[in-house]
Amino acid sequence: MNQGETKKLKSRPLWSIYGEKAIEILIKVSGISAIIFVFAIFFFIFREAFPVLSSPNFNLKEFLFSSQWYPTSAVNVRYGTFALTIGTFSVTALAMVIAVPFGIGAAIFISEFCGKRLKETLKITIELLAAIPSVVWGFIGLTIMSKLITQFTGAPVGVNVLNGGIILALMSLPIIVSIGEDALKAVPDTYREASIALGATRWQMVRRVLLPAAKNGLLAAVLLGIGRAVGETMAVLMATGHAVHIPHGLLDSVRTLTANIAAELGEAPERSEHYQVLFLTGVLLFCITFVINITADFVIRGIKRKQ
Amino acid sequence: MNDNPQNLFVETAFVRKKKRQETVAKSIFLAMSVAMIVPLLLIVGYLVVKAYPSLSLEFLLDIPRKGMTEGGIWPAFIGTIYLVALSLAVSAPIGVMAGIYLNEYAKDNWLNRVINLAVINLAGVPSIVHALFGLGAFVYAAKFGCSIISASLTLAIMTLPVIIASTREALASVPMNFREACWNVGATRWQTIRRIVLPNSIGGILTGVILQVSRSAGETAPIMFTGAVFYKAIERGDLFPYTLDGQCMALSMHLYTLATQVPNVSESIPFATAVVLLATVLLVNATAIVIRTLIRSKKKW
Repeated sequence: MNQGETKKLKSRPLWSIYGEKAIEILIKVSGISAIIFVFAIFFFIFREAFPVLSSPNFNLKEFLFSSQWYPTSAVNVRYGTFALTIGTFSVTALAMVIAVPFGIGAAIFISEFCGKRLKETLKITIELLAAIPSVVWGFIGLTIMSKLITQFTGAPVGVNVLNGGIILALMSLPIIVSIGEDALKAVPDTYREASIALGATRWQMVRRVLLPAAKNGLLAAVLLGIGRAVGETMAVLMATGHAVHIPHGLLDSVRTLTANIAAELGEAPERSEHYQVLFLTGVLLFCITFVINITADFVIRGIKRKQ
Repeated sequence: MNDNPQNLFVETAFVRKKKRQETVAKSIFLAMSVAMIVPLLLIVGYLVVKAYPSLSLEFLLDIPRKGMTEGGIWPAFIGTIYLVALSLAVSAPIGVMAGIYLNEYAKDNWLNRVINLAVINLAGVPSIVHALFGLGAFVYAAKFGCSIISASLTLAIMTLPVIIASTREALASVPMNFREACWNVGATRWQTIRRIVLPNSIGGILTGVILQVSRSAGETAPIMFTGAVFYKAIERGDLFPYTLDGQCMALSMHLYTLATQVPNVSESIPFATAVVLLATVLLVNATAIVIRTLIRSKKKW
C-alpha cells in the first residue's frame, strides 16, 4: 500500500500529460508554418497567374524581354515587362551606388572607431531609421526631394530615377549598416590584437585585416540591401514617376515591377488577363528576391562554418 | 641618424604619415555616419514644421471633411488600430511558438535548415507580393472578401518573421545551465520551457511583439487591395466604427491617398498625417528599445 501511494505521487494527472503533448504538437506545427506560408504564397500567386500562360496574347519571351507594356489596349495588347525590370534595376543600382559606400563606412565607424556611448546612440538611431514606414519615405520623395531635384537640376519633373534612388538608398542604409557591423564584429579580436601589436594603425588594420576577413559578411549585407530595394513598393510608387519606358538618364521617370503592380492592380478587372499578368509579375518578383535572399544566406552561413 | 637612443621614441616621418592617414580615415567614416543621420533629422524637422498648422488633438479626433481636403484623421487612425490588433492576435502566438520550436525543439537537421530558409525568405518577400498573396488566398480563395480580416491576416503573415527572429534571440540568450538544472530535477521539456525559459526571456519576446506592431502599422501595400479603402464615413470619435468583415481606412493608406489622389487638399494636412504616422511608429519602436535596455541592465547572468 505504501508503495502504491508513492507511485501515485510520481505520476502526473492525465490531462497534464496529454495537454503537454498537445502543446508540443502545436509548437511543432507553428514551427513548420513558415515553410507552409512560403509555399502558400507561391501557390496562390501562381494559381491566379496560371491561366494567362495559355492565352494567345501571351508569350513568355515577350513577357521577359519586350519593353512594350500595353495591357489595356483594345487592338494591340502587349505584356512586356522588360522596361519595368530595367526600371527596378536602374533605381536599385543607383541606390546601391549611394548606400554601399556610406553603409560600409558607417559600419566601420560604428564597429571600430567610436566609443561605447556613441556606438549605442548610433545603433539606436539606425534602428529608428529602419522603422520609418515606406509610405512616409514615398511622401518625402514626392514632396521634399522632388522640389529639391527640380530646383538643383532644372529637371521638368522631380519624380524620377534620381529621386527614387536617393530614397531607396536611405531606406536600405540601415540594413547594410547593421548586417555589415555584425560581419565586422564576427572577426575575432585576436586578428585586431595581432595587427595592432605589429604597429599598424587602426585604419591600416581595417584596410588590410578586417575588410578581407569580413568581406563575405559585407557582401551579404549588400545583397540584403539589394533585396530590400528591389522589393520596395510604396516609396518607388510615389517617388519615381509613372513612365513605362527604358530610362536614358538619371532625370527620366521610370516605373518599377513593384510599383506597376500597385498602380494597376486596382484598375484590372478580377480574373482578366491584365490581372493575371500582374500576378505573373508577382511570381517574377518572388523568384528574384528568393534568389537574392538564399544567396545572402549561403554567404553568411559559409562564414559561420569557417569559424 | 637614429643612433642616439634618445631619438628612438621620436616620431619619424613614417609614423607621422601613418597618424595623418588614420585621422583622415577616421574623419571620413565619421562624416559618412553623420551624413546618414543629418538628412533624417532635417527631413523630420521639415515635416513637423510643415505640419504644424494642422497638428492638434482635434486633428486626431476629427473625421475628414469636404472630400478629405479638411478635417482630421480619426477613421484612419482607428482603422490602423483595428488592423494592428487583429494581425497581432494571429501572428504573436504563431510567431512565439515557431520561435520556441526553432530554439528549443528543433535538432540541427535538414528540416530545421529548411525552416530557417523559409523564415529568411518570408522576411524578404516584397510587400506587394504579400498583397497579391492576400488577394489570391484570403479575398478570393477563402472568400473573406475585401475586409479587415483579409488585410490583418496578410499583415500577420508578413510580420511573422519579425516575431520569430526576436523570440529565437530572446530564448537563445537564456543560458543552457538553467535548462539542464531543470531537467535534472525531473522536469519535462515543456515544463522547463514554461517555468524557466519563458519567464527569463519574456522581455525579449515582448520587444519582438512591439516591433511587429510598428511594422504592421506602417505597411501600406499589403492592405491596399485586401481591406483598406480610400474613404469610409464614420462618426467622429467613434471607438467601434468597423465590423471585421467590412473594409476600413488606415493611416498609411490615408497618407498615400492624400498625397497622390486628392486634389486641392490644404497643404499641411498630408504633412500632419505623415507626422502622426511617423510619431506613432517611432514611439512604439522607442518603447521596444527602452524595454530592451531595461532588461539588459537587469540581467543577472
